[in-house]
Amino acid sequence: MSEKKTFRITRFDPDQDEAPRTQTYEIPVDPDWKVLDALNFIKDEIDGSLSHRWSCRMAVCGSCGMMVDGKPTLTCKKPLSEYGSEISVEPLANFPIVRDLVVELDGFMEKFESVKPWIIRAKERAVEEGTHRQSPAELEEFKQFSMCINCMLCYSACPVVANEPEFLGPAAIALGHRYNMDSRDEGAHERNEVFRGEGTVFSCSYANECSEVCPKHVDPAAAVNQAKINAVLDWATGFVVTRGKE
Amino acid sequence: MIEVIRHDIVIVGGGAAGLRAAIAAVEADPDVRVAMVSKVYPMRSHTVSAEGGAAAVARDDDSLEMHGFDTVKGSDFLGDQDVIQYFVEEAPKELTLLEHWGCPWSRNEDGSVATRAFGGMSTKRTWYAADKVGFHMLHTLFQHSMRFDRIIRYDEQFVTRLIVDGGAVRGVAALDVREGVVRLILGRAVILATGGAGKIFPFTTNGAIKTGDGMALAYREGVALKDMEFVQYHPTGLPGTGILITEATRGEGGHVINSEGERFLVTRDYGVGTKAELGPRDMISRAIVQEIEAGRGLSGPYGDHVHLDLRHLGEEKINARLPMVRELAKIYAGVDPVHQPIPIRPVVHYMMGGVDTDIEGATTIPGLYAAGEVACVSLNGANRLGSNSLTECLVFGARAARHAVGYAKGSDDGNEAACRSLGEEESARIAALRGKKKGGEKLARIRHDLNATMESGCGVYREQASMDDTARTVAQLKGRFADVALEDESAVFNTELTAALELSNMLDVAETLAVSAAHRHESRGAHTRKDHTSRDDQNFLYHTLCNFDPTGPRLSKKAVALGKWEPEERKY
Repeated sequence: MSEKKTFRITRFDPDQDEAPRTQTYEIPVDPDWKVLDALNFIKDEIDGSLSHRWSCRMAVCGSCGMMVDGKPTLTCKKPLSEYGSEISVEPLANFPIVRDLVVELDGFMEKFESVKPWIIRAKERAVEEGTHRQSPAELEEFKQFSMCINCMLCYSACPVVANEPEFLGPAAIALGHRYNMDSRDEGAHERNEVFRGEGTVFSCSYANECSEVCPKHVDPAAAVNQAKINAVLDWATGFVVTRGKE
Repeated sequence: MIEVIRHDIVIVGGGAAGLRAAIAAVEADPDVRVAMVSKVYPMRSHTVSAEGGAAAVARDDDSLEMHGFDTVKGSDFLGDQDVIQYFVEEAPKELTLLEHWGCPWSRNEDGSVATRAFGGMSTKRTWYAADKVGFHMLHTLFQHSMRFDRIIRYDEQFVTRLIVDGGAVRGVAALDVREGVVRLILGRAVILATGGAGKIFPFTTNGAIKTGDGMALAYREGVALKDMEFVQYHPTGLPGTGILITEATRGEGGHVINSEGERFLVTRDYGVGTKAELGPRDMISRAIVQEIEAGRGLSGPYGDHVHLDLRHLGEEKINARLPMVRELAKIYAGVDPVHQPIPIRPVVHYMMGGVDTDIEGATTIPGLYAAGEVACVSLNGANRLGSNSLTECLVFGARAARHAVGYAKGSDDGNEAACRSLGEEESARIAALRGKKKGGEKLARIRHDLNATMESGCGVYREQASMDDTARTVAQLKGRFADVALEDESAVFNTELTAALELSNMLDVAETLAVSAAHRHESRGAHTRKDHTSRDDQNFLYHTLCNFDPTGPRLSKKAVALGKWEPEERKY
C-alpha cells in the first residue's frame, strides 16, 4: 500500500450545506482495489460521515453507481488502477442528491413500475398445469434484457434524461420490452400503450450512451429501438382490427 | 409525537423470503394490507448474489423421497424430518410458480426446465438460470410483487426494534434512513426475513448488508436463536474478496486440484466417496483446509488456496452455463477460467442457525414469524445442501405468510398508547446514538476485531479453548462498543449511525454463535472440532437454543424431529 491517490469527493448534507461541495482525501491504495474499496477505506479509517450505498461488491446488487472522473461507473467493478493519481467521485448525474454520493430513486422506481414489469396473461396458469414450454431460442429473445441490475448508470449517461427528466428512460423501457418478448407473456398490447405515451420510446435520440455504460451488457438502446418498432406495429394492428369490427 | 402507520402484516426484509411472504399474504386474503419494510431497496437484497440454483424434484429419475433423504443426510441428521418432508413436497410447486411469474429458467431443447447436479444431491434437481439464479429469482419476485397495490413498500427503513406488548408482537420501530426519523409501523403480525449474518466473519461471500439484524431483534425480545454454532463454509470463494464461485462449477464438471495437480477429492479419502467434487460443502471445505495444512496448497497474495479447474469444460459451455463465474474470475481474480484455473478457498457463506421457529415459521412470541436465512426452521440441520436455501425462502416465506394472515384475523390491534410509548423510547434511543461521541475508538476497529476473533475461534476447525476465548472476546467487544466514536450528527442518510446499529446486531449474534459452539462437544456437519472429532448422537442429537439473559447467553436443548430416517454414519 505504498502508492497514494487523491480523491475529490462530493459532499452534501442538506442539514448544513446550501449546495454540494468537494472534499479531498489523500489515501494509500492497494493495487488490487476497485474504486469502492477506496471509498470504504475513507469511511472506515478517515471520515465516518461519508455516505455512499454499497453491498454485494460483486457487480450484481446495483447499489454503488457513481460518477467517477465524470463517467457513470459501477464502483465495485472498476479497478482503481485504470485512473490517475487524482480521481473525482460524484453522485450519479441526472438524479437529485440526497446526501454525499447518495441519490434519490423515487422517480426511477415510478418509471420502473409504470411498464408493468410482470407476466400478464388473459388466463393465469394453475400450478397443477406445470411449467410453460419455452424453447432455448424463445428464452434468447428476451434473456439479455432481463440482465438489468437497476444500477441506473444508463439514466446518468442518457442525454435525453438530462434534458427531459420525465423520460421513461433506458432501463425501464428495456424491462418492459423484456416482458413483451417473453413467450409466456400476453401483455404487450398494454405495455405498448405505455410506450406510445409522451416521453417514452419516441423521445429517444439514438445516442447509444446507455448501452455504452451498461456494466451488464443489457444493450438498452437495442431494446428501445425494438420497442419503437413493436409499439408502431401494435398500433397499426389495433387500427386494422378496430376498423374491421365496424 | 411519533408517527404511526398501520398495516395488517409487517414484513421486514425484501429478499426472496420477504417478497414471497408478501405475495403469499395478499393472495391468501383479498383484504390484507402488507408493509414491506427493508433497509435497502428490495432488488439490492443479498438473494441477488446467489448463483447456482434452486432445488426441487423435476425429473423422472428423481423422487421426493430421494430429495428428502439427501437433505436429512446432508444435515448430519439434525434436520427436522417433518419440516424436510413438507419442504420437498412444496419445492416443485414453488419453483413452478416462479416460472409462471417470469423467472428465466434455463431450458432443455424440448422447452422443459433444465436441471443441474449439485453437491450432496443424488440426481440433477437444481433448477437454474445460467449462474445468476438468485439475481433472476429476486428480480422476478420483486417485479411480480409490484402487481399488488396492497403491498406497500417502505424502502431504506431500518427496523431497530420489535414492538412487543401484551404478550404479542404489535409491529416494528423503523428508522427512515433518508429522513432520520423513527416511525412505528404497526401490524397484527410481523415476519422477519432479513437474511443471515455472514458479516460477523472477515472472509465471507455475504454482502455488506448481511449483519444479522432480524436475529438480534428477535433475540432481544426473548426469542431463542437455534443451532447458531452451524456456520457453512462454501468451498469455493475467491481469496481476498471472498466472492462466491458457485458450486454449479462443480455441478457442470469442474475439478478441485491441489498444487500437485491432483484431484484430491478423488484420490484421497475425505468421506465424499464417488461423489468427489459433488460431495457436501462441509466435507469439501474440510478437505481443502487439510490439503493446505498438508502443504499441498498454493500460496498467493491473499493467502493459501487450491485451484478450481474448469478448463476442460471448454469456452462454449462456460459461456452458456457459467457466464457470471467467468466474469467474476476475470474482474476479481485476474484469471480467465477458460484458460487458467481459479484460485479458491473455503469462505463463510451461510448460517444454518437462526431465529427458532416451528414448521409454520412461528416463533414463541405470538404474531412473530421468521423465514429464510434469518430463521432456523430446522430444514438444514448441521449442514445445508447447496440449492436448498433459495427454495427454502419460497416454501417457508409462503407458509409463514399464510399462517400470519390467519393469526392476524383472530388477533387485535393491541394497546396503541403502549406501543407509542415503546416507539417514543426507541426514537429517543436512536436520537441519542446519532453523533453521540466525538473522538474515541472507531467503529471499524471493533468490527475488525470481531471478525478476527470469529475466524480464529469459530472457523472450519474449532476447539474448546479457542471457542471459549472468542466468546470472552465478543463479550469484551460489547463493552468497547458502548464507548464507540459516532461523530456524524446529520439526520439525513447517516450511514455511520446505521453501521453502528448493524455492528450492535452483529455483536449479539456473534456472542450466541460462540457460546453455542463452545457447548457442543462433538463434530457434526459444519461444526467440526479438533478435540471431539466424531458425532455423538447419545449426548448431542438435539438443537441448541440460545436465549438472551442480562447476565449472558443462556443455553437449552430442543428435540430433533426424527422420522423414517434413523441416524446413521454419514458417509458418501
